[in-house]
Amino acid sequence: MDQPLIQIKNATKNFADVRVLDGVNLSIYRGQITSIIGQSGTGKSVLLKHIIGLLQPDSGQVLFDGRSLGAMKKDERKALKRKFSYVFQDTALFDFLNVAENVALPLVENANHNEAKVKEQVQAKLNQLDLYEIEHKYPAQLSGGMKKRVALARALVTDPEIVLFDEPTTGLDPIRKTAVHSMISDYQQRFGFTGIIVSHEIPDVFFISQRVAMLDEGQIRFEGTPEELQQTTDPVVRNFIRGLESPHDELTGVASQSLGQKRLARELFRLQHHSRPFSIVLLTVENLEDVDRIAGHVAGQKALRNFASFVKQNVYITDTCFRYDMNKIMVVLPDTDAGQARQFCDKLSRNLDTDAILSGAETRKRLCFAVAAGIAQAQKDSQIETLLTDVGKQQNIFWECQI
Amino acid sequence: MQLRTALKNPTVALGHYTITFIQDMGRIALFFLKGFLLIFSIPLQINKVLQQIYFIGMKSIFVICLTGGFTGMVLGLQGYYLLVKYGSTGVLGSAVALSLIREMGPVLTAIMVIARGGSAMAAEIGIMRISEQIDALETMDIDPIRFLVSPRIAAALISFPLLTALFDVVGILGGYLTGSVLLGLNPGLYFTRVETSVAMVDVTGGFVKSLVFAVIVVSICCYQGFYTHTRAEFGAKGVSQSTTSAVVLSCVLVLIADYALTTFLL
Repeated sequence: MDQPLIQIKNATKNFADVRVLDGVNLSIYRGQITSIIGQSGTGKSVLLKHIIGLLQPDSGQVLFDGRSLGAMKKDERKALKRKFSYVFQDTALFDFLNVAENVALPLVENANHNEAKVKEQVQAKLNQLDLYEIEHKYPAQLSGGMKKRVALARALVTDPEIVLFDEPTTGLDPIRKTAVHSMISDYQQRFGFTGIIVSHEIPDVFFISQRVAMLDEGQIRFEGTPEELQQTTDPVVRNFIRGLESPHDELTGVASQSLGQKRLARELFRLQHHSRPFSIVLLTVENLEDVDRIAGHVAGQKALRNFASFVKQNVYITDTCFRYDMNKIMVVLPDTDAGQARQFCDKLSRNLDTDAILSGAETRKRLCFAVAAGIAQAQKDSQIETLLTDVGKQQNIFWECQI
Repeated sequence: MQLRTALKNPTVALGHYTITFIQDMGRIALFFLKGFLLIFSIPLQINKVLQQIYFIGMKSIFVICLTGGFTGMVLGLQGYYLLVKYGSTGVLGSAVALSLIREMGPVLTAIMVIARGGSAMAAEIGIMRISEQIDALETMDIDPIRFLVSPRIAAALISFPLLTALFDVVGILGGYLTGSVLLGLNPGLYFTRVETSVAMVDVTGGFVKSLVFAVIVVSICCYQGFYTHTRAEFGAKGVSQSTTSAVVLSCVLVLIADYALTTFLL
């Protein structure tokens, strides 16, 4: 792996008699989203503040491209600081400035700005976050969710290279929560920033993260990919994840990923020991990003929710559908072979009501909603991993709808 | 330091509090110096300075006129009854004008501005500190002292002398109201005495005082708000403590500085 962009080495921090960080070692890689998870009060926000330099470690180091802040010249430090952006847990919006002035502040104060251009940038950013006609309102006049989005707009308006999110979705409803996640992921893919997210949204945050770190008792207990996290045998990590995971996906109402995986394991066991066949169908919304861009992230998430609800209505009670990824829904069909699974897909494509699915996307532009389906029948010697890889390979776009 | 420890070792406690006080004064002085120098950093924050002049200066005009007027009236009244015993009511104009311009104008203006603007500065900056708005400025690479403190320093340095002048003028008119209109002293005599007894050095002395008070008030009030998070109490209680100590400390220091300045100026 490349050299980490940010490296925290053996950092400790005490507040009065309480040791909050107790030798933290963590690497953040360029262009990736790293999630920091952990119990409340374990010092996740404190760790984030060490990265941006609001707090200094009592001992240990925070290195950027292998160099500590102390070793840099003043200009270099300033240039580095400008690459960062920070989304505060409690938004930290300036209560004496209105929304437009809040979002414009980092541009107005730091660069040789052009007023018209700043106004344009601010408007564009607010629109991307579905914030309309609130430019002249003050933070005290906004709902909690809106404040969160204004804070996000302010953090992203400078097109930063490294963005630190301190619980960006706490207090948002499921649609806006996933809309913010999809927006972070979308922006990250478009602009390639390095993201660090402190979050409790498990498993949603894993869908958008390339790496996960768990902070426990002042130390990093786990560091790795989301897949490695799911397979870890560390009882503390497993208990923490299980404790937070709901059996149902909050946005779509279908089963959660972990419940789906368990169901897959059970069906495989039944096949191996009782010769009961089963198939899986992976439905992927191929162009969710386009829907997001054209109609907004909230509309995109609404479309995904409507689609999931449509799939749920079309499965039998013995079938299980669960959220497999940001834009993927998997259906486990017991006592079904590949042919019957194909018939199930045909039924879905016949019953699909385009208007109902895109009802949340209020836009005059032409929208397309493309779904790809992959079908795989399990064999006695199948492994879950190979089955999932197979189903991913056999994807063909099988319906497309336009409004 | 806990009260029990302080009672057991009063000498240690005295030393501890003296050192802490001197250290605090040093920090406040450096804080002011940084804020003052950043007033001149490019681009100049003219809009913010004007906003603060409006808040510290313009919005204080009513209260300054009110206190100035009544102070002058009471000086006229007291002065008249004192001077009448010696048969020298003719010097009432000098007595009122000199005590106002040299002493009461700068001091009372400072105290009124502390009550109106100083407490607001401490509370406003304190709330920004506890709601992480100052941290947010730092993450955006905006110097919080330049952004929040410098415009207030500039505005105080401009507003204090002007408010003091207004206080003096309204006070002299107040003295005229009681001395001449109510008690029948010759108005010509009153104003002639004012004109002949007040020298330029008195006016300059009054302005020097008001400038020094502006520095004291603005640096203490902003400092207390800015470092609210370092207090033993957190949140709203911390802000209330900061505001209280900003008001008390700046009032006390204004009076101490007034004595010291008077010694030099007389």
